[in-house]
Amino acid sequence: MITSLDTERCTACNQCVATCPRDVFEKTEHIPTIARPQDCQTCFLCELYCTADALFVHPEAEPAMAARLTPSDITPLLGEYRRESGWDEWSENPRYANQHWRMEDVFRLARDG
Amino acid sequence: MTDRVRTYDTDVLIIGGGLAGCWTAISARRAGVRAIVAEKGYCGTSGVAASAGPGHWFVPPEARLREEAIARRMAGAQGLGDARWMERIIDRTYRTLPDIGTHYHYTPDDSGAVRRHALRGPEYLRALREKALAAGAVLLDHSPALQLLGHRDGRVSGAQGVSRQGDGDEWLVRAGAVVLATGGCAFRSHLLGGSNNTGDGLLMAVEAGAALSGMEFSSFFTVAPANTPLSRAMIFSFARYYDTQGREIAKPAAPNDHSAIAVALQGGPVLCDLSATPEIVRRQLPQISPNVTLTFRRLGIDPFTQRFPISLLGEGTIRGVGGVRVTGEDAGTDVPGLYVAGDVASREPVTGPVTGGGAVNAAWALASGCIAAEAAARSALENPLDQRSILEPLGDAGLSTRRDRTNSSTTRSAFANTLSKGPTRPDASASSEVEIVLREEMLSPTRQYFRNADTLAAASARLSAAWGALRDATPPSAGPRERQRFRELAAMTATARWCTASAAARTESLGMHRRTDSSTNGSDVPAYVISGGADTVWTRRQAAGTVS
Repeated sequence: MITSLDTERCTACNQCVATCPRDVFEKTEHIPTIARPQDCQTCFLCELYCTADALFVHPEAEPAMAARLTPSDITPLLGEYRRESGWDEWSENPRYANQHWRMEDVFRLARDG
Repeated sequence: MTDRVRTYDTDVLIIGGGLAGCWTAISARRAGVRAIVAEKGYCGTSGVAASAGPGHWFVPPEARLREEAIARRMAGAQGLGDARWMERIIDRTYRTLPDIGTHYHYTPDDSGAVRRHALRGPEYLRALREKALAAGAVLLDHSPALQLLGHRDGRVSGAQGVSRQGDGDEWLVRAGAVVLATGGCAFRSHLLGGSNNTGDGLLMAVEAGAALSGMEFSSFFTVAPANTPLSRAMIFSFARYYDTQGREIAKPAAPNDHSAIAVALQGGPVLCDLSATPEIVRRQLPQISPNVTLTFRRLGIDPFTQRFPISLLGEGTIRGVGGVRVTGEDAGTDVPGLYVAGDVASREPVTGPVTGGGAVNAAWALASGCIAAEAAARSALENPLDQRSILEPLGDAGLSTRRDRTNSSTTRSAFANTLSKGPTRPDASASSEVEIVLREEMLSPTRQYFRNADTLAAASARLSAAWGALRDATPPSAGPRERQRFRELAAMTATARWCTASAAARTESLGMHRRTDSSTNGSDVPAYVISGGADTVWTRRQAAGTVS
């Protein structure tokens, strides 16, 4: 579930408001707010579209575990999904090249050894 | 409708902007007609493909390869498959999918070849959005459809819904033809990317008079780390599972059958062990599926050295099979002007009673989208909508604006009593009771894996009560989000009723549908279970290969 929006990093571009498939964020006069966290489907896609790396989604669908995280737990993880997906400024870095094509080979390896 | 309604005229309206809806829009534009996509969320991140990694059923046009591919699938389809549909979607997918190369950035494999059929979800859906826009489609984001609109000549001629963002509260599209591409229904199971998949299109289709097929093939569950939506299958292909006493759970006889895990989960936590994952796969994983590695990192689990608890997520009709019955080669339905694409349609023609998995379902989504778009475009050109014609909403379950408090509080009270013997509740509370019923009946792995006449009859009674309560409930507020929420609840409840009724009607086990009260597997004469009806649910068996 969406856990935090880093108010210092946020540039108020409102991409999260537009791209969240669950309409979790709300535009305001300043930076957007996490208006409907209970509607979050934990798909992490808002992180991909946040070029300011201001958003953090905890993988648990219910907020129990995320509630124990502190900013010092979260800050080092901000932006990792966008980076590892090779989006935007990471697109030329071969370390993060999209190797999704390997998936069928992995399935084959699991099946046939 | 209030006066804050934005209205549009178009040739083809596509409801749903995921994998199927985007290809439908692109194909409609290619066929030379105007196209509007009304998407509940955001076209580009919405739908189950966006956070997954769809391969596609992709077979080169060599007669022997295609015959073998089709023969394998026909055998698995156990009499419910249609070789012509298989041939059609293989051919369409092979010819059309490479077009995404204008907007999708492929990384060549180790041999330098580009594998056109393997696309990662977030990048694929982003590319499809850009391609649809470049083709001139109009995208209405955050615009859930609530009702189809009908013309008095019997054709479906548009839809209306609410706008969650922007300057209007409601929208209305008048169209020559409509393609439903709303996806399957996972009953809000926390399936990755599946929360918008609430069966809206199934309800709209049935209200318009269409029939469904194969709704009993909806008992499919996927493993995920406990409490997470991470239903990504690849990494679990190396998994071993242990019950709460530490005993290894036997590997399933059939792939994807997690019924033994379902039984073990009743006794306590089930732990997953991924230590058999080869070293090379561990290294490659972040670049294949970055959302898998980040999930474990954030949970504080090293999945390759530590056992971790798992849960089973219901897939409903997503990796299930059932949906709107396709009545012809044009992806049409029983209703003129109404077409279907992707998971909202029954995929029995290409998978029979077993899951299509990612590859066949993605190929079906793409190809049925192309086929539906072309047929809808022809239909729209042949039946232009008169600007003055009056259109009527074709259904209103969950959208009651009636203020007949006596009537609706009676229904509510009866419903509350059915569930908890509680006092009369406000409608908001009735809706959360419906959510509980849906979760208990449709998302319980053992309930779905082990069906029998008694459990199905009990489920049917509870779901009927839920439907009755929702049918006449008035949302606590008339705001767009509340109206959408009630409509989604009605759609999920209706879908659950069709699944349950169809499961009761198919008294033998077949494919993913398992009856514990029947010793036979399959039947002598392969048959479909057709279903429909909103207030009064009906089913009938129809021998495969016969018409009507």
